[in-house]
Amino acid sequence: MFRRWRRRARSVGRTAILGLFSVFAAFPFAWMLITAFKRNSDLYNPANNPFWFNEPPTLEHLHYVFTKTMYANWITNTAIIGVAVVVITLLLALPAGYSLSRFLGAHGTRLGIAMFLVYLVPPTLLFIPLARVVSDLGIHNTVWSLIVVYPTITVPFSTWLLMGFFKSIPRELEEQALVDGYGRLGSFLRITLPLAVPGIVAVVIFSFTISAQEFVYALTFVTNTAQKTVSVGVPADMVRGDIFDWGPLMASAFLASVPVAVLYYFVLDKFVSGFTTAGAIR
Amino acid sequence: MRSAAVGVRSVADALARGGRWARRERVLGPALILPAFLYVALLVGLPFLYALYLSMSDATTGNPYGSFIGLRNFVEVVETPVFQNAVRNTFVFTISAQLATVVLANVLARALNASFRGKGLVLFLILLPWVAPVSLATIGWLWILHARFSVIDWVLWQLSLLPHDTNMFWLGKPNLAMLSVVTVHVWRLLPFATVVLLAGLTSLPRDLLDQAEVDGAGFWRRLFQVELPLLLPITSVVVLFGTIFTFTDMAVVYVLTRGGPFDTTQVLSSLAFFKGIVGGNLSVGAAISLFLFPVLFIVAILVLRIARSAEVT
Repeated sequence: MFRRWRRRARSVGRTAILGLFSVFAAFPFAWMLITAFKRNSDLYNPANNPFWFNEPPTLEHLHYVFTKTMYANWITNTAIIGVAVVVITLLLALPAGYSLSRFLGAHGTRLGIAMFLVYLVPPTLLFIPLARVVSDLGIHNTVWSLIVVYPTITVPFSTWLLMGFFKSIPRELEEQALVDGYGRLGSFLRITLPLAVPGIVAVVIFSFTISAQEFVYALTFVTNTAQKTVSVGVPADMVRGDIFDWGPLMASAFLASVPVAVLYYFVLDKFVSGFTTAGAIR
Repeated sequence: MRSAAVGVRSVADALARGGRWARRERVLGPALILPAFLYVALLVGLPFLYALYLSMSDATTGNPYGSFIGLRNFVEVVETPVFQNAVRNTFVFTISAQLATVVLANVLARALNASFRGKGLVLFLILLPWVAPVSLATIGWLWILHARFSVIDWVLWQLSLLPHDTNMFWLGKPNLAMLSVVTVHVWRLLPFATVVLLAGLTSLPRDLLDQAEVDGAGFWRRLFQVELPLLLPITSVVVLFGTIFTFTDMAVVYVLTRGGPFDTTQVLSSLAFFKGIVGGNLSVGAAISLFLFPVLFIVAILVLRIARSAEVT
C-alpha cells in the first residue's frame, strides 16, 4: 500500500519536473512559431493576451521574409557551405581516423587525443588572425572563406569519432579480405567502409549542422549581405536601424533552427558518446 | 633494443597478413593522416602563432602587418575598466552558468533515467536549445525579453507582481541584463549536460546501488555517498566542456545585449570582436582574445588527465 503511494508520488514528481523543463527548453521556439503567424496589430497591442491569436493568423510575415529579404539567399549559402564542408571533412577525416585506428598503434591514440584537443580551440581565439588569412587569400566576403575555415572545427572531432568507429570494427574482417585476394584499398572499401556507415552518417550530420550553427567566423569574415549565412543574416541584417520586425524575425529564426535541430537530434547519441569517451566512463 | 622488438613485431605482422602491404603500413599510416594534420596545422596552428604576433604589434585594419611593440598592448588593455569588467563578467557568467547547469542537469537527468511514454518527445523538446543554431535561438529570447512587449512582463502583470503597463526592461538594466545572459547560457548548456549525465547514470553499476539499498542506506545517503562520487568523472566532463562553451561564446552576448547596457555584460570574446573587428584595432583585439588562452589551456590539461586516468582502468 505504502509502496504504491510512493511509486505514484515519484511518477507525479517526475512528470512535474519533466513538464517544467520541457516548457523552459521549448518555450522560445513555441514563441517564435506563435509570433510568426500573428498580425502586427495583434502583436504590438499590450492589452492583448500574447498567448492567443486575438486576431486571425496571417501569412504576411512569411511572405515578407521570402520576398523582401535576402533570406532565401542566406539559406542557399548555408546549404552550399554545409555540403562543401561535409565533403572536405570526409576527405580529410576518413583517412585520418582510419590511420589512427589501424596503423599508428599507441601513437595513434595519443595523436587522436591531440586531434580532439584541437577541437577545443574556439573560434573566438582565432577569428582575428584568420580574418587576415582569409583576406590575404582573397576570399573575404565569399562563402569560400567559411568553406575553408569550418573544417578546422569539424575535422578534429570527426577524426576522433571515426577513429572510435574504425576501432570497433575487427581487423580480422579486413585481414580475411586480404587473404581472399583483395588489396588493402579493396578490403577497406568493401568491408570496413560499409560497416562504418553509421559513423559516417554521424560525421555528415555533425559537420553540416556545425557549419549551419557557427556564428563568430560567419560574423567576422562576411559583411556583404548577399553572402551571409542564415545564422548571421537573420540577427544582423533583418533589423533596419533599431526597427525590429518581430513577425518576420521570428518566422525566419524558427524556419532555420528547427530543421537543423531535427538533423542534429538524430546523431546526438553518437556525439555524446564521443564526449563521454573523451572522459571515458566505461 | 626497442627497434629490434618493433622489427620482430612488424616482420611477424607482415607474415601474418601475408604481404607487401604490411611493410608499407609504416608509410601508409602517416600518409593517410597527413592531409588532416596539415590542414589543422595550417589553419589552427599558424593562425594561433600569428595571433601571438598580432597581439605584440600595432596592427590595425588600415595597417594590417604593423610593427613589433612588445607587450605594450597587454599592459594598456589590462588597465582599462572595460577590460577589467569583461574579465569579471566572463568569470561570473561561466561560473554561475556552470553551477546552475550542473545542479539542474542532475535533477533533470534523474527524472529522465527511466522508461515512460513520450520519452522521445520530451527528449527532443529538452534538446532543442542545444541543437538549434545559437544565434537564432537567442533571437527568440531577445523577443521574450523585449523592453515593451516582453511576455514575461505580461505574465507578471496578470499575477499583479508588476504594475500594469510598466516594464522590467530585462536587457536595459545591468543586473537584469546579467541575469538574462546567464539564464540563456544555462538554457543552452542544460541539454548537453543532461544528456551526458544521463549517459553516466545509465552506466552506473546497478548492483552497487542495489547493495547500498539492501544495506539500508536512505535516499540522501545513497545520493551523496554512492551515486555522486561515482558520477564525479562524468560531471567533470560536463563542467569542462560547459566551461569552454560558455567561456568562449560571444553569440549570446552579441545578439542579446551587444555587451550593453554600458558594457556591463561585455565578455572577453565579445570585447575582442568589438575592438578588433568592429573597431579595426587588430592587435588589441588579438591581445584581448589571448587572455582566454590560459584558462583553455588548463581545461585542456584537465580533459587530458581525465582521458588518461580512464585509459588505465
